Amino acid sequence: MPDTILRTHELHKAFGALRASEGISITLKQGEIHAIIGPNGAGKSTLIAQICGALRPDSGRVEFLGRDVTALPTEARARMGLARTFQTSALAMEQTVLQNALLGALGASGRPWRFFSRVSADQALRDIAESALHEAGLLDFAQTRTAELSHGQRRQLEVAVALTLRPRAFVMDEPMAGLGAEGSKRLTGFLDRLQDRAPILLVEHDMDAVFALADRISVLVYGRVIATGTVDEIRADPRVREAYLGDEA
Amino acid sequence: MSRERLLNALLLAGLVVVPGWALWADEPFTITLATRAVIFALAAVGLNIALGMGGLVSLGHAVFFGIGGYAMGVLASHAQSYTPLYDGLFTLEGTKAMPVIWLVAAAASALAAWLIGLLSLRTSGVYFIMITLAFGQMAYFFAISWPAYGGEDGLSIYVRNGFPGLNTLDPIQFYGICLAWLCLALWGHARLRRSPFGLALDAARQVPARVQAVGLDPKRLYLVALVISGAVTGLSGALFADLNRFVSPSMLSWQMSGEIMVFVIIGGVARLFGPVVGAVFYVALEHWLGGVSDYWQIILGVVLLAVVLFGRGGLIGLVCGKERPDA
Repeated sequence: MPDTILRTHELHKAFGALRASEGISITLKQGEIHAIIGPNGAGKSTLIAQICGALRPDSGRVEFLGRDVTALPTEARARMGLARTFQTSALAMEQTVLQNALLGALGASGRPWRFFSRVSADQALRDIAESALHEAGLLDFAQTRTAELSHGQRRQLEVAVALTLRPRAFVMDEPMAGLGAEGSKRLTGFLDRLQDRAPILLVEHDMDAVFALADRISVLVYGRVIATGTVDEIRADPRVREAYLGDEA
Repeated sequence: MSRERLLNALLLAGLVVVPGWALWADEPFTITLATRAVIFALAAVGLNIALGMGGLVSLGHAVFFGIGGYAMGVLASHAQSYTPLYDGLFTLEGTKAMPVIWLVAAAASALAAWLIGLLSLRTSGVYFIMITLAFGQMAYFFAISWPAYGGEDGLSIYVRNGFPGLNTLDPIQFYGICLAWLCLALWGHARLRRSPFGLALDAARQVPARVQAVGLDPKRLYLVALVISGAVTGLSGALFADLNRFVSPSMLSWQMSGEIMVFVIIGGVARLFGPVVGAVFYVALEHWLGGVSDYWQIILGVVLLAVVLFGRGGLIGLVCGKERPDA
Protein backbone atom coordinates (compact mmCIF):
# COMPACT_ATOMS: atom_id res chain seq x y z
CA MET A 1 0.00 0.00 0.00
CA PRO A 2 1.43 3.37 -0.93
CA ASP A 3 2.00 5.60 2.05
CA THR A 4 0.48 8.62 0.32
CA ILE A 5 -3.24 8.12 -0.23
CA LEU A 6 -4.18 11.48 -1.68
CA ARG A 7 -2.03 14.08 -3.33
CA THR A 8 -2.60 17.32 -5.17
CA HIS A 9 0.13 18.53 -7.45
CA GLU A 10 0.45 22.22 -8.37
CA LEU A 11 -3.30 22.91 -8.52
CA HIS A 12 -4.20 26.18 -10.19
CA LYS A 13 -7.72 27.54 -10.40
CA ALA A 14 -8.82 31.06 -11.18
CA PHE A 15 -12.24 32.65 -11.37
CA GLY A 16 -11.64 35.65 -13.60
CA ALA A 17 -9.07 37.78 -11.79
CA LEU A 18 -9.50 35.90 -8.53
CA ARG A 19 -6.84 33.24 -8.08
CA ALA A 20 -8.46 30.75 -5.74
CA SER A 21 -5.73 28.12 -6.02
CA GLU A 22 -2.15 29.03 -6.83
CA GLY A 23 -0.02 25.96 -7.10
CA ILE A 24 -1.42 23.98 -4.21
CA SER A 25 0.49 20.77 -3.48
CA ILE A 26 -0.55 18.82 -0.42
CA THR A 27 -0.47 15.18 0.58
CA LEU A 28 -2.57 12.99 2.81
CA LYS A 29 -0.75 10.00 4.25
CA GLN A 30 -2.10 6.77 5.65
CA GLY A 31 -3.25 7.08 9.26
CA GLU A 32 -3.04 10.85 9.63
CA ILE A 33 -5.37 13.76 10.03
CA HIS A 34 -4.20 16.62 7.88
CA ALA A 35 -5.99 19.86 8.65
CA ILE A 36 -6.31 22.74 6.20
CA ILE A 37 -6.87 26.06 7.90
CA GLY A 38 -7.07 29.54 6.56
CA PRO A 39 -9.12 32.72 6.78
CA ASN A 40 -12.40 33.14 4.89
CA GLY A 41 -11.84 33.43 1.18
CA ALA A 42 -8.51 31.60 1.31
CA GLY A 43 -9.72 29.05 -1.25
CA LYS A 44 -10.47 26.11 1.03
CA SER A 45 -13.80 25.27 -0.56
CA THR A 46 -12.32 25.60 -4.04
CA LEU A 47 -9.57 23.19 -3.05
CA ILE A 48 -12.07 20.64 -1.74
CA ALA A 49 -14.19 20.96 -4.86
CA GLN A 50 -11.16 20.16 -7.01
CA ILE A 51 -10.13 17.22 -4.86
CA CYS A 52 -13.64 15.72 -4.87
CA GLY A 53 -14.37 16.38 -8.53
CA ALA A 54 -16.95 19.17 -8.51
CA LEU A 55 -14.45 21.59 -10.07
CA ARG A 56 -11.83 20.91 -12.72
CA PRO A 57 -8.49 22.68 -12.04
CA ASP A 58 -7.07 24.98 -14.71
CA SER A 59 -3.83 23.08 -14.37
CA GLY A 60 -2.29 20.56 -12.02
CA ARG A 61 -3.24 17.06 -10.92
CA VAL A 62 -5.17 15.25 -8.24
CA GLU A 63 -3.91 11.75 -7.43
CA PHE A 64 -5.83 9.25 -5.35
CA LEU A 65 -4.49 5.81 -4.47
CA GLY A 66 -1.62 6.39 -6.86
CA ARG A 67 -3.91 7.11 -9.77
CA ASP A 68 -4.42 10.39 -11.61
CA VAL A 69 -8.10 11.18 -11.03
CA THR A 70 -8.09 14.76 -12.31
CA ALA A 71 -10.39 13.90 -15.21
CA LEU A 72 -12.73 11.63 -13.26
CA PRO A 73 -16.19 12.84 -12.20
CA THR A 74 -17.23 13.06 -8.55
CA GLU A 75 -19.07 9.74 -8.54
CA ALA A 76 -16.10 7.81 -9.93
CA ARG A 77 -13.83 9.21 -7.19
CA ALA A 78 -16.44 8.32 -4.60
CA ARG A 79 -16.55 4.73 -5.89
CA MET A 80 -12.79 4.54 -5.42
CA GLY A 81 -13.34 5.32 -1.75
CA LEU A 82 -13.03 9.10 -1.54
CA ALA A 83 -15.63 9.89 1.09
CA ARG A 84 -16.57 13.50 1.63
CA THR A 85 -18.82 15.35 4.01
CA PHE A 86 -20.45 18.66 3.19
CA GLN A 87 -20.16 21.99 4.93
CA THR A 88 -23.94 22.36 4.93
CA SER A 89 -25.53 18.98 5.46
CA ALA A 90 -26.48 17.41 2.14
CA LEU A 91 -28.87 14.71 3.30
CA ALA A 92 -32.18 13.47 1.95
CA MET A 93 -34.32 15.21 4.56
CA GLU A 94 -37.55 13.39 3.69
CA GLN A 95 -35.92 10.01 4.15
CA THR A 96 -35.18 8.24 7.39
CA VAL A 97 -31.73 8.20 8.94
CA LEU A 98 -31.40 4.53 7.98
CA GLN A 99 -32.36 5.28 4.37
CA ASN A 100 -29.63 7.91 4.15
CA ALA A 101 -27.10 5.40 5.39
CA LEU A 102 -28.48 2.71 3.06
CA LEU A 103 -28.00 5.12 0.17
CA GLY A 104 -24.30 5.32 0.97
CA ALA A 105 -23.96 1.56 1.15
CA LEU A 106 -25.92 1.24 -2.08
CA GLY A 107 -23.68 3.69 -3.87
CA ALA A 108 -20.58 1.86 -2.69
CA SER A 109 -22.05 -1.46 -3.82
CA GLY A 110 -22.40 -0.03 -7.33
CA ARG A 111 -25.66 -1.95 -7.83
CA PRO A 112 -28.54 0.53 -7.83
CA TRP A 113 -30.18 -1.05 -10.87
CA ARG A 114 -32.56 -3.28 -8.97
CA PHE A 115 -36.18 -2.35 -9.40
CA PHE A 116 -38.27 -4.96 -7.61
CA SER A 117 -36.42 -6.12 -4.52
CA ARG A 118 -36.81 -4.22 -1.26
CA VAL A 119 -33.76 -2.21 -0.39
CA SER A 120 -34.47 -2.60 3.32
CA ALA A 121 -34.47 -6.38 2.89
CA ASP A 122 -30.91 -6.36 1.51
CA GLN A 123 -29.07 -7.65 4.57
CA ALA A 124 -25.60 -6.86 3.25
CA LEU A 125 -26.47 -3.19 2.72
CA ARG A 126 -28.29 -3.06 6.04
CA ASP A 127 -25.30 -4.42 7.94
CA ILE A 128 -23.02 -1.76 6.49
CA ALA A 129 -25.57 1.00 7.10
CA GLU A 130 -26.39 -0.05 10.65
CA SER A 131 -22.81 -0.49 11.72
CA ALA A 132 -22.00 3.00 10.41
CA LEU A 133 -24.97 4.42 12.32
CA HIS A 134 -23.85 2.51 15.41
CA GLU A 135 -20.38 4.03 15.21
CA ALA A 136 -21.87 7.48 14.83
CA GLY A 137 -24.18 6.86 17.78
CA LEU A 138 -27.29 7.22 15.65
CA LEU A 139 -28.63 3.67 15.62
CA ASP A 140 -31.43 4.60 18.01
CA PHE A 141 -32.61 7.16 15.47
CA ALA A 142 -32.55 4.81 12.48
CA GLN A 143 -36.27 5.19 11.79
CA THR A 144 -36.38 8.93 12.45
CA ARG A 145 -36.98 11.28 9.58
CA THR A 146 -33.74 13.10 8.87
CA ALA A 147 -35.51 16.48 8.93
CA GLU A 148 -36.36 15.83 12.59
CA LEU A 149 -32.72 15.37 13.66
CA SER A 150 -30.92 18.09 15.57
CA HIS A 151 -28.18 19.97 13.78
CA GLY A 152 -25.49 18.05 15.65
CA GLN A 153 -27.05 14.72 14.76
CA ARG A 154 -27.13 15.72 11.11
CA ARG A 155 -23.41 16.47 11.27
CA GLN A 156 -22.88 12.99 12.70
CA LEU A 157 -25.05 11.45 10.00
CA GLU A 158 -22.93 13.18 7.36
CA VAL A 159 -19.93 11.32 8.73
CA ALA A 160 -21.90 8.07 9.08
CA VAL A 161 -22.86 8.16 5.39
CA ALA A 162 -19.21 8.73 4.49
CA LEU A 163 -18.38 5.67 6.61
CA THR A 164 -20.66 3.43 4.54
CA LEU A 165 -18.53 4.01 1.44
CA ARG A 166 -15.69 1.70 2.50
CA PRO A 167 -13.58 4.88 2.57
CA ARG A 168 -9.90 4.97 1.71
CA ALA A 169 -9.78 8.66 2.56
CA PHE A 170 -12.13 11.17 4.14
CA VAL A 171 -12.43 14.74 2.96
CA MET A 172 -14.37 16.73 5.53
CA ASP A 173 -15.54 20.25 4.86
CA GLU A 174 -16.02 21.96 8.21
CA PRO A 175 -17.68 19.08 10.02
CA MET A 176 -17.91 21.20 13.20
CA ALA A 177 -19.76 24.05 11.46
CA GLY A 178 -22.57 25.33 13.63
CA LEU A 179 -21.91 22.93 16.50
CA GLY A 180 -21.85 24.09 20.11
CA ALA A 181 -18.97 23.23 22.45
CA GLU A 182 -20.62 19.98 23.51
CA GLY A 183 -21.41 18.74 20.00
CA SER A 184 -18.01 19.79 18.77
CA LYS A 185 -16.34 17.79 21.54
CA ARG A 186 -18.36 14.68 20.77
CA LEU A 187 -17.61 14.87 17.04
CA THR A 188 -13.91 15.48 17.78
CA GLY A 189 -13.83 12.22 19.71
CA PHE A 190 -15.57 10.42 16.87
CA LEU A 191 -13.18 11.71 14.20
CA ASP A 192 -10.21 10.80 16.39
CA ARG A 193 -11.36 7.17 16.33
CA LEU A 194 -11.96 7.28 12.57
CA GLN A 195 -8.42 8.10 11.56
CA ASP A 196 -7.38 4.47 12.04
CA ARG A 197 -9.90 3.56 9.38
CA ALA A 198 -8.77 6.02 6.75
CA PRO A 199 -6.83 9.28 6.77
CA ILE A 200 -8.79 12.51 7.03
CA LEU A 201 -8.28 15.73 5.14
CA LEU A 202 -9.96 18.15 7.47
CA VAL A 203 -10.97 21.68 6.57
CA GLU A 204 -12.05 23.32 9.78
CA HIS A 205 -12.51 26.69 11.45
CA ASP A 206 -12.75 25.33 14.98
CA MET A 207 -9.16 25.75 16.18
CA ASP A 208 -9.64 23.73 19.36
CA ALA A 209 -10.75 20.78 17.24
CA VAL A 210 -7.91 21.26 14.76
CA PHE A 211 -5.23 21.43 17.43
CA ALA A 212 -6.70 18.43 19.22
CA LEU A 213 -6.99 16.25 16.12
CA ALA A 214 -4.46 17.19 13.48
CA ASP A 215 -1.17 15.41 12.92
CA ARG A 216 -0.22 17.99 10.33
CA ILE A 217 -1.63 21.37 9.47
CA SER A 218 -1.40 23.32 6.22
CA VAL A 219 -2.18 27.01 6.23
CA LEU A 220 -3.90 28.38 3.15
CA VAL A 221 -3.87 32.12 2.49
CA TYR A 222 -5.05 33.69 -0.78
CA GLY A 223 -4.82 30.43 -2.67
CA ARG A 224 -1.31 29.54 -1.49
CA VAL A 225 -0.09 27.11 1.14
CA ILE A 226 2.12 29.35 3.25
CA ALA A 227 3.14 26.68 5.73
CA THR A 228 2.78 22.97 6.42
CA GLY A 229 3.89 21.32 9.64
CA THR A 230 2.99 19.76 12.96
CA VAL A 231 0.72 21.51 15.39
CA ASP A 232 3.68 22.90 17.33
CA GLU A 233 5.49 24.08 14.24
CA ILE A 234 2.40 25.86 12.96
CA ARG A 235 1.72 27.47 16.32
CA ALA A 236 5.30 28.76 16.37
CA ASP A 237 5.54 29.86 12.74
CA PRO A 238 5.73 33.68 12.65
CA ARG A 239 4.29 33.92 9.13
CA VAL A 240 1.24 31.96 10.21
CA ARG A 241 0.79 34.06 13.33
CA GLU A 242 0.92 37.16 11.22
CA ALA A 243 -1.33 35.98 8.41
CA TYR A 244 -3.90 34.09 10.28
CA LEU A 245 -3.71 33.05 13.88
CA GLY A 246 -3.13 36.55 15.11
CA ASP A 247 -4.28 36.86 18.66
CA GLU A 248 -5.65 33.31 18.83
CA ALA A 249 -2.28 31.60 19.30
CA MET B 1 -53.64 -0.26 8.23
CA SER B 2 -52.85 3.39 7.59
CA ARG B 3 -55.48 5.79 6.37
CA GLU B 4 -53.92 6.00 2.94
CA ARG B 5 -53.86 2.22 2.49
CA LEU B 6 -57.51 2.06 3.44
CA LEU B 7 -58.33 4.77 0.93
CA ASN B 8 -56.35 2.94 -1.77
CA ALA B 9 -58.20 -0.29 -1.06
CA LEU B 10 -61.54 1.54 -1.24
CA LEU B 11 -60.55 3.10 -4.56
CA LEU B 12 -59.63 -0.26 -6.01
CA ALA B 13 -62.91 -1.71 -4.77
CA GLY B 14 -64.72 1.19 -6.42
CA LEU B 15 -63.01 0.46 -9.73
CA VAL B 16 -64.45 -3.07 -9.53
CA VAL B 17 -67.87 -2.30 -8.05
CA VAL B 18 -68.95 0.66 -10.19
CA PRO B 19 -68.45 -1.01 -13.60
CA GLY B 20 -69.90 -4.20 -12.11
CA TRP B 21 -73.00 -2.26 -11.18
CA ALA B 22 -73.09 -0.68 -14.65
CA LEU B 23 -72.97 -4.13 -16.20
CA TRP B 24 -75.85 -5.29 -14.01
CA ALA B 25 -77.89 -2.15 -14.70
CA ASP B 26 -77.06 -2.36 -18.42
CA GLU B 27 -75.28 1.00 -18.57
CA PRO B 28 -72.48 0.39 -21.06
CA PHE B 29 -71.66 4.09 -21.27
CA THR B 30 -70.63 4.12 -17.62
CA ILE B 31 -68.26 1.25 -18.36
CA THR B 32 -66.74 3.25 -21.19
CA LEU B 33 -66.29 6.22 -18.87
CA ALA B 34 -64.61 4.00 -16.30
CA THR B 35 -62.35 2.57 -19.00
CA ARG B 36 -61.35 6.09 -19.99
CA ALA B 37 -60.57 6.96 -16.38
CA VAL B 38 -58.52 3.80 -15.86
CA ILE B 39 -56.47 4.41 -19.01
CA PHE B 40 -55.82 8.02 -18.01
CA ALA B 41 -54.80 6.78 -14.58
CA LEU B 42 -52.33 4.40 -16.19
CA ALA B 43 -50.85 7.24 -18.25
CA ALA B 44 -50.52 9.29 -15.08
CA VAL B 45 -48.90 6.41 -13.15
CA GLY B 46 -46.24 6.60 -15.84
CA LEU B 47 -45.75 10.33 -15.31
CA ASN B 48 -45.82 9.90 -11.53
CA ILE B 49 -42.68 7.75 -11.77
CA ALA B 50 -40.76 10.58 -13.45
CA LEU B 51 -42.45 13.48 -11.64
CA GLY B 52 -43.15 12.04 -8.21
CA MET B 53 -40.05 9.93 -7.69
CA GLY B 54 -37.54 11.77 -9.87
CA GLY B 55 -38.88 15.31 -9.65
CA LEU B 56 -38.76 15.53 -13.45
CA VAL B 57 -41.42 18.01 -14.52
CA SER B 58 -42.05 16.68 -18.01
CA LEU B 59 -44.50 18.64 -20.11
CA GLY B 60 -43.97 16.21 -22.96
CA HIS B 61 -45.57 12.99 -21.81
CA ALA B 62 -48.12 13.23 -24.61
CA VAL B 63 -45.25 12.14 -26.86
CA PHE B 64 -45.26 8.72 -25.22
CA PHE B 65 -49.04 8.61 -25.02
CA GLY B 66 -49.22 9.43 -28.73
CA ILE B 67 -46.45 7.05 -29.75
CA GLY B 68 -48.35 4.27 -27.99
CA GLY B 69 -51.49 5.32 -29.85
CA TYR B 70 -49.76 5.42 -33.21
CA ALA B 71 -48.03 2.10 -32.56
CA MET B 72 -51.50 0.61 -32.30
CA GLY B 73 -52.85 2.63 -35.25
CA VAL B 74 -50.01 1.81 -37.62
CA LEU B 75 -49.90 -1.90 -36.82
CA ALA B 76 -53.66 -2.33 -36.96
CA SER B 77 -54.19 -0.27 -40.13
CA HIS B 78 -51.65 -2.39 -41.99
CA ALA B 79 -53.34 -5.54 -40.72
CA GLN B 80 -56.79 -4.40 -41.77
CA SER B 81 -55.66 -3.36 -45.25
CA TYR B 82 -53.47 -6.48 -45.68
CA THR B 83 -50.46 -4.39 -46.68
CA PRO B 84 -47.13 -5.21 -45.12
CA LEU B 85 -45.44 -2.59 -42.95
CA TYR B 86 -42.13 -3.22 -44.63
CA ASP B 87 -41.40 -5.38 -47.63
CA GLY B 88 -37.75 -5.53 -48.47
CA LEU B 89 -35.13 -7.90 -47.18
CA PHE B 90 -37.86 -9.43 -45.06
CA THR B 91 -41.57 -8.85 -44.70
CA LEU B 92 -43.05 -7.14 -41.66
CA GLU B 93 -46.79 -7.54 -41.33
CA GLY B 94 -49.19 -5.45 -39.27
CA THR B 95 -51.06 -7.10 -36.44
CA LYS B 96 -54.36 -6.98 -34.61
CA ALA B 97 -53.02 -8.83 -31.57
CA MET B 98 -52.99 -6.65 -28.45
CA PRO B 99 -50.01 -8.31 -26.77
CA VAL B 100 -47.79 -7.55 -29.76
CA ILE B 101 -49.15 -4.02 -30.02
CA TRP B 102 -48.50 -3.42 -26.31
CA LEU B 103 -44.96 -4.64 -26.63
CA VAL B 104 -44.27 -2.39 -29.62
CA ALA B 105 -45.99 0.59 -27.95
CA ALA B 106 -43.99 0.24 -24.74
CA ALA B 107 -40.69 -0.39 -26.54
CA ALA B 108 -41.14 2.53 -28.95
CA SER B 109 -42.09 4.89 -26.12
CA ALA B 110 -39.17 3.72 -24.02
CA LEU B 111 -36.81 4.37 -26.92
CA ALA B 112 -38.31 7.83 -27.45
CA ALA B 113 -37.98 8.55 -23.72
CA TRP B 114 -34.35 7.51 -23.82
CA LEU B 115 -33.56 9.79 -26.75
CA ILE B 116 -35.50 12.73 -25.32
CA GLY B 117 -33.93 12.13 -21.92
CA LEU B 118 -30.39 12.08 -23.31
CA LEU B 119 -30.88 15.60 -24.60
CA SER B 120 -33.30 17.17 -22.14
CA LEU B 121 -31.58 15.92 -18.97
CA ARG B 122 -28.65 18.18 -19.79
CA THR B 123 -30.94 20.90 -18.50
CA SER B 124 -33.04 21.21 -15.36
CA GLY B 125 -35.83 23.27 -13.88
CA VAL B 126 -37.75 25.51 -16.23
CA TYR B 127 -35.46 24.59 -19.13
CA PHE B 128 -36.31 20.93 -18.70
CA ILE B 129 -40.03 21.78 -18.84
CA MET B 130 -39.50 23.82 -22.00
CA ILE B 131 -37.37 21.27 -23.78
CA THR B 132 -39.81 18.42 -23.10
CA LEU B 133 -42.60 20.70 -24.33
CA ALA B 134 -40.57 21.38 -27.47
CA PHE B 135 -40.15 17.67 -28.15
CA GLY B 136 -43.89 17.27 -27.69
CA GLN B 137 -44.63 19.97 -30.24
CA MET B 138 -42.16 18.42 -32.69
CA ALA B 139 -43.92 15.06 -32.44
CA TYR B 140 -47.32 16.75 -32.76
CA PHE B 141 -46.48 18.62 -35.95
CA PHE B 142 -44.69 15.62 -37.37
CA ALA B 143 -47.87 13.54 -36.96
CA ILE B 144 -49.99 16.29 -38.53
CA SER B 145 -47.78 16.49 -41.60
CA TRP B 146 -47.34 12.75 -42.10
CA PRO B 147 -49.98 11.83 -44.71
CA ALA B 148 -49.26 8.09 -44.73
CA TYR B 149 -51.14 7.66 -41.44
CA GLY B 150 -53.98 10.13 -41.77
CA GLY B 151 -52.12 13.35 -41.01
CA GLU B 152 -54.37 15.84 -39.31
CA ASP B 153 -57.46 13.62 -39.71
CA GLY B 154 -56.02 10.77 -37.71
CA LEU B 155 -56.42 7.09 -38.28
CA SER B 156 -59.52 4.94 -37.73
CA ILE B 157 -59.56 1.24 -36.96
CA TYR B 158 -62.71 -0.66 -37.89
CA VAL B 159 -62.64 -3.35 -35.24
CA ARG B 160 -60.98 -3.28 -31.84
CA ASN B 161 -57.82 -5.36 -31.62
CA GLY B 162 -57.99 -8.82 -30.14
CA PHE B 163 -56.69 -10.54 -27.06
CA PRO B 164 -56.49 -14.35 -27.01
CA GLY B 165 -59.45 -15.86 -25.16
CA LEU B 166 -61.33 -12.59 -24.65
CA ASN B 167 -63.97 -10.70 -26.61
CA THR B 168 -62.49 -7.22 -26.54
CA LEU B 169 -65.59 -5.73 -28.17
CA ASP B 170 -67.47 -6.44 -24.97
CA PRO B 171 -66.97 -3.22 -22.93
CA ILE B 172 -66.61 -4.99 -19.60
CA GLN B 173 -63.98 -7.38 -20.92
CA PHE B 174 -61.94 -4.55 -22.42
CA TYR B 175 -62.35 -2.69 -19.14
CA GLY B 176 -60.99 -5.74 -17.35
CA ILE B 177 -57.86 -5.67 -19.51
CA CYS B 178 -57.28 -1.98 -18.78
CA LEU B 179 -57.89 -2.41 -15.05
CA ALA B 180 -55.48 -5.35 -14.97
CA TRP B 181 -52.80 -3.15 -16.53
CA LEU B 182 -53.47 -0.37 -14.05
CA CYS B 183 -53.19 -2.77 -11.11
CA LEU B 184 -49.98 -4.22 -12.52
CA ALA B 185 -48.52 -0.74 -12.99
CA LEU B 186 -49.50 0.33 -9.47
CA TRP B 187 -47.99 -2.83 -8.04
CA GLY B 188 -44.82 -2.25 -10.04
CA HIS B 189 -44.67 1.37 -8.88
CA ALA B 190 -45.13 0.31 -5.26
CA ARG B 191 -42.23 -2.13 -5.60
CA LEU B 192 -40.13 0.47 -7.38
CA ARG B 193 -40.56 2.96 -4.54
CA ARG B 194 -39.04 0.57 -2.03
CA SER B 195 -36.36 -0.80 -4.33
CA PRO B 196 -32.68 0.16 -4.31
CA PHE B 197 -33.29 2.14 -7.49
CA GLY B 198 -36.24 3.93 -5.88
CA LEU B 199 -34.15 4.94 -2.88
CA ALA B 200 -31.38 6.30 -5.09
CA LEU B 201 -33.83 8.14 -7.35
CA ASP B 202 -35.67 9.68 -4.41
CA ALA B 203 -32.37 10.92 -3.00
CA ALA B 204 -31.34 12.23 -6.43
CA ARG B 205 -34.53 14.30 -6.50
CA GLN B 206 -33.79 15.78 -3.07
CA VAL B 207 -29.98 16.22 -3.06
CA PRO B 208 -28.15 15.34 -6.29
CA ALA B 209 -24.83 16.32 -4.70
CA ARG B 210 -25.24 13.66 -2.03
CA VAL B 211 -25.99 10.98 -4.60
CA GLN B 212 -22.82 11.89 -6.50
CA ALA B 213 -20.83 11.86 -3.29
CA VAL B 214 -21.80 8.23 -2.68
CA GLY B 215 -20.72 7.23 -6.18
CA LEU B 216 -23.92 7.34 -8.24
CA ASP B 217 -24.67 9.44 -11.29
CA PRO B 218 -27.99 11.29 -10.79
CA LYS B 219 -28.41 11.86 -14.52
CA ARG B 220 -28.37 8.14 -15.21
CA LEU B 221 -30.95 7.56 -12.48
CA TYR B 222 -33.17 10.25 -14.02
CA LEU B 223 -32.74 8.76 -17.48
CA VAL B 224 -33.76 5.27 -16.40
CA ALA B 225 -36.75 6.73 -14.53
CA LEU B 226 -37.80 8.58 -17.67
CA VAL B 227 -37.54 5.42 -19.78
CA ILE B 228 -39.71 3.41 -17.36
CA SER B 229 -42.12 6.32 -17.14
CA GLY B 230 -42.35 6.67 -20.94
CA ALA B 231 -42.97 2.95 -21.43
CA VAL B 232 -45.91 2.94 -19.01
CA THR B 233 -47.47 6.06 -20.55
CA GLY B 234 -46.89 4.60 -24.04
CA LEU B 235 -48.74 1.45 -23.08
CA SER B 236 -51.69 3.52 -21.88
CA GLY B 237 -51.67 5.32 -25.24
CA ALA B 238 -52.13 2.02 -27.08
CA LEU B 239 -55.09 1.16 -24.83
CA PHE B 240 -56.59 4.64 -25.30
CA ALA B 241 -56.40 4.33 -29.09
CA ASP B 242 -58.03 0.92 -28.84
CA LEU B 243 -60.81 2.29 -26.66
CA ASN B 244 -61.67 4.91 -29.28
CA ARG B 245 -60.63 2.77 -32.25
CA PHE B 246 -59.07 5.99 -33.40
CA VAL B 247 -55.76 7.78 -33.09
CA SER B 248 -55.05 11.36 -34.08
CA PRO B 249 -52.36 14.00 -33.49
CA SER B 250 -54.42 15.38 -30.59
CA MET B 251 -53.03 12.52 -28.49
CA LEU B 252 -49.63 14.19 -28.99
CA SER B 253 -50.77 17.73 -28.21
CA TRP B 254 -49.37 19.76 -25.35
CA GLN B 255 -52.86 19.95 -23.88
CA MET B 256 -52.69 16.18 -23.49
CA SER B 257 -49.36 16.50 -21.67
CA GLY B 258 -50.98 19.08 -19.44
CA GLU B 259 -53.97 16.86 -18.70
CA ILE B 260 -51.73 13.97 -17.67
CA MET B 261 -49.90 16.31 -15.34
CA VAL B 262 -53.18 17.64 -13.96
CA PHE B 263 -54.23 14.06 -13.08
CA VAL B 264 -51.06 13.62 -11.04
CA ILE B 265 -51.20 17.00 -9.33
CA ILE B 266 -54.89 16.85 -8.41
CA GLY B 267 -54.57 13.34 -7.06
CA GLY B 268 -51.28 13.96 -5.29
CA VAL B 269 -47.73 14.05 -6.65
CA ALA B 270 -45.66 11.04 -5.54
CA ARG B 271 -48.68 9.41 -3.89
CA LEU B 272 -49.12 5.87 -5.18
CA PHE B 273 -52.83 6.28 -5.95
CA GLY B 274 -52.61 9.97 -6.82
CA PRO B 275 -52.95 9.29 -10.55
CA VAL B 276 -56.04 7.13 -9.95
CA VAL B 277 -57.78 9.78 -7.87
CA GLY B 278 -56.84 12.51 -10.33
CA ALA B 279 -57.98 10.64 -13.43
CA VAL B 280 -61.27 9.47 -11.90
CA PHE B 281 -61.95 12.96 -10.61
CA TYR B 282 -61.21 14.47 -14.01
CA VAL B 283 -63.36 12.06 -15.99
CA ALA B 284 -66.25 12.38 -13.53
CA LEU B 285 -66.08 16.18 -13.65
CA GLU B 286 -65.83 16.11 -17.43
CA HIS B 287 -68.93 13.93 -17.62
CA TRP B 288 -71.17 15.64 -15.10
CA LEU B 289 -70.19 19.26 -15.56
CA GLY B 290 -69.57 18.80 -19.28
CA GLY B 291 -73.30 18.05 -19.55
CA VAL B 292 -74.11 21.33 -17.82
CA SER B 293 -71.70 23.66 -19.55
CA ASP B 294 -69.02 23.61 -22.21
CA TYR B 295 -66.89 25.66 -19.86
CA TRP B 296 -66.61 22.95 -17.22
CA GLN B 297 -62.84 23.31 -17.18
CA ILE B 298 -63.28 26.57 -15.28
CA ILE B 299 -64.35 24.45 -12.31
CA LEU B 300 -61.39 22.15 -12.92
CA GLY B 301 -59.14 25.18 -12.88
CA VAL B 302 -60.53 26.32 -9.54
CA VAL B 303 -59.99 22.86 -8.05
CA LEU B 304 -56.46 22.72 -9.42
CA LEU B 305 -55.74 26.14 -7.98
CA ALA B 306 -57.08 25.12 -4.58
CA VAL B 307 -55.04 21.92 -4.60
CA VAL B 308 -51.83 23.68 -5.57
CA LEU B 309 -52.35 26.48 -3.03
CA PHE B 310 -53.65 24.57 -0.04
CA GLY B 311 -52.84 20.90 -0.41
CA ARG B 312 -49.45 20.03 -1.83
CA GLY B 313 -50.31 16.36 -1.38
CA GLY B 314 -53.29 16.68 -3.73
CA LEU B 315 -56.69 15.22 -2.88
CA ILE B 316 -55.01 12.24 -1.22
CA GLY B 317 -52.95 14.57 0.93
CA LEU B 318 -56.14 16.37 1.91
CA VAL B 319 -57.71 13.15 3.15
CA CYS B 320 -54.68 11.31 4.51
CA GLY B 321 -52.21 14.03 5.46
CA LYS B 322 -48.48 13.98 4.91
CA GLU B 323 -46.80 10.82 3.77
CA ARG B 324 -44.48 8.98 6.15
CA PRO B 325 -41.24 7.53 4.84
CA ASP B 326 -41.05 3.78 5.14
CA ALA B 327 -37.76 1.97 5.22
